Amino acid sequence: MSVKLGVPSKGRLMEKTFDWFRARGVTLTRTGADREYAGAVEGVTGVSLVLLSAAEVPRELAAGRLHFGVTGADLVQEKLPLWEQQLEPLAELGFGHADLVLAVPKAWVDVDTLDDLDAVATAFRAAHGMRLRIATKYHRLVREHLRHAGVADYALVDSQGATEGTVANETAEMIADITSSGETLRANHLKVLDDAPILRSQATLWRSRVADLSDEERGIAAALMSHLGSE
Amino acid sequence: MITRADTLARAATLRATFEAAGAVPVETPILQPADTLLDLYGEDIRARAYITSDALRGEQMLRPDFTVPVVEMHMSHGAEPARYTYSGEVFRRQEHDPDRANEYIQVGYEVFDRANPAAADAEVFTLFAQAVAPLNLRAATGDIGVLMAAVRGLRTTDARKAALLRHIWRPRRFRALLERYAGRLPVAAQRARLLEGALSDDAPLIGKRSQAEIDARVALLRADAAEPPLNGAEVDLLDALLNVRETMPYALAQLRDIAVDLPSIAAAVDGLAARAEALAASDVDVDGLPFEASFGRTSMEYYDGFVFGFFSAQRADLPAIATGGRYDALTRRLGNGAEIPAVGGVLRPGLMLELEAQA
Repeated sequence: MSVKLGVPSKGRLMEKTFDWFRARGVTLTRTGADREYAGAVEGVTGVSLVLLSAAEVPRELAAGRLHFGVTGADLVQEKLPLWEQQLEPLAELGFGHADLVLAVPKAWVDVDTLDDLDAVATAFRAAHGMRLRIATKYHRLVREHLRHAGVADYALVDSQGATEGTVANETAEMIADITSSGETLRANHLKVLDDAPILRSQATLWRSRVADLSDEERGIAAALMSHLGSE
Repeated sequence: MITRADTLARAATLRATFEAAGAVPVETPILQPADTLLDLYGEDIRARAYITSDALRGEQMLRPDFTVPVVEMHMSHGAEPARYTYSGEVFRRQEHDPDRANEYIQVGYEVFDRANPAAADAEVFTLFAQAVAPLNLRAATGDIGVLMAAVRGLRTTDARKAALLRHIWRPRRFRALLERYAGRLPVAAQRARLLEGALSDDAPLIGKRSQAEIDARVALLRADAAEPPLNGAEVDLLDALLNVRETMPYALAQLRDIAVDLPSIAAAVDGLAARAEALAASDVDVDGLPFEASFGRTSMEYYDGFVFGFFSAQRADLPAIATGGRYDALTRRLGNGAEIPAVGGVLRPGLMLELEAQA
């Protein structure tokens, strides 16, 4: 048996995660052919590396199939209700910064805040006979945020990619999405509301509170955590 | 352990009591068209109700309450006056508290009667009070109609009043609006430039919201900025009103004091007094009955008059054992032009059995 560590399988997120672990004496590598999702861990014994999509890490941690995992706070909070009971954040890794924000067409000069959005949503419904559509993949987080703020006359429409384009395509009136620099938003003639973002997220190392550990694995987990400075 | 059979048996007994009080038993489908409920509650309802769908009928909701389908049924072919009772499952999605049930039995009683609202309010409250009497619950009452009358009576524009009325049930937004209209919040620099006409933007307009809509809102914002702020004394009166929390006789005395300076609530306060008399006539201990002006503001969106709830003092973790209120405006919204004063309530036999088992 071994302790399972889940890491995003692709791109900058994977490379930066590998860098972060290497700086702490744990070397993660992809093994096998370039397209094969297998990995190896050196520097601490008994840990096996699982490469998977960042979006699947929350579910795997909550199911106890991973003991540790790296993914964004946005994905954890969107996918897991009562996430605090299932996962413990061990360390923020200092990259993968992204805010979940609400963005409207830049031409809406009359909309800067949630206050404005609420008024505009009501007027939009009266004018068009439909509720103002917000394209997003973060349904739970957006709904809770708007409920908390008391905004009601809207409808969420699902968008799993190219969300910034939905407004120009008239499949939504505005969007809620993750942004780091805001460049894609600007390129699509969108602006972020002035209020605080729905969520500030970055890549984070999590420990599953529900995964079973044998005595031996408990020792391995403790060794890993002490390597990473989060015992 | 309370079984489902126990709960159903108790539900049948309670429903029989309501039938004996003159109600006709009715059934409603478990699957409700999602459109009506989404229109009524907005996107929020998705967090509270289970939604399913098929290719033919589109989105359907597992019945989150009976009131809406019973009102629809009455508005389409009910005779007047009418009294209905029902019992069955309702389904509530739970994402925060695993101890709260996502499926439970409700028994309800609804009155559609134009003749005497105070008497109908008292009739419903008394029936529920009698049904839960052995449990020694804490009663709570309020009146959303008094709050609405207070807002309608503010000396300000109809647009501001409409915005405040829309947010009666969302205290946080209501408060923010009130502060803004009272001139107690600074105007952001960007907004100030827009109001002065000094803001130019060359961004192309994308999406369905038209330039005419944007211009209309800017005109509204400018008109609103030209309005004087809400009178500070009126805002203070509204605050005093929201803070009334007393037994019924003292609450009435306080509200009458407030009505001297805020005469728009006088009729609603008279209605409250008439209800108190009707309650006393049905042997409710009105002198000891709590009244809370803000009660029902956070969770009972369609109630617009009398509101009540019964809670366990020993088990503060439990939701209300019974709740109800007046929902005249709901009949208007679902009635396609027709309307009828309506009041009703629901109780939860499962929770009643749970409390009895502990006693």
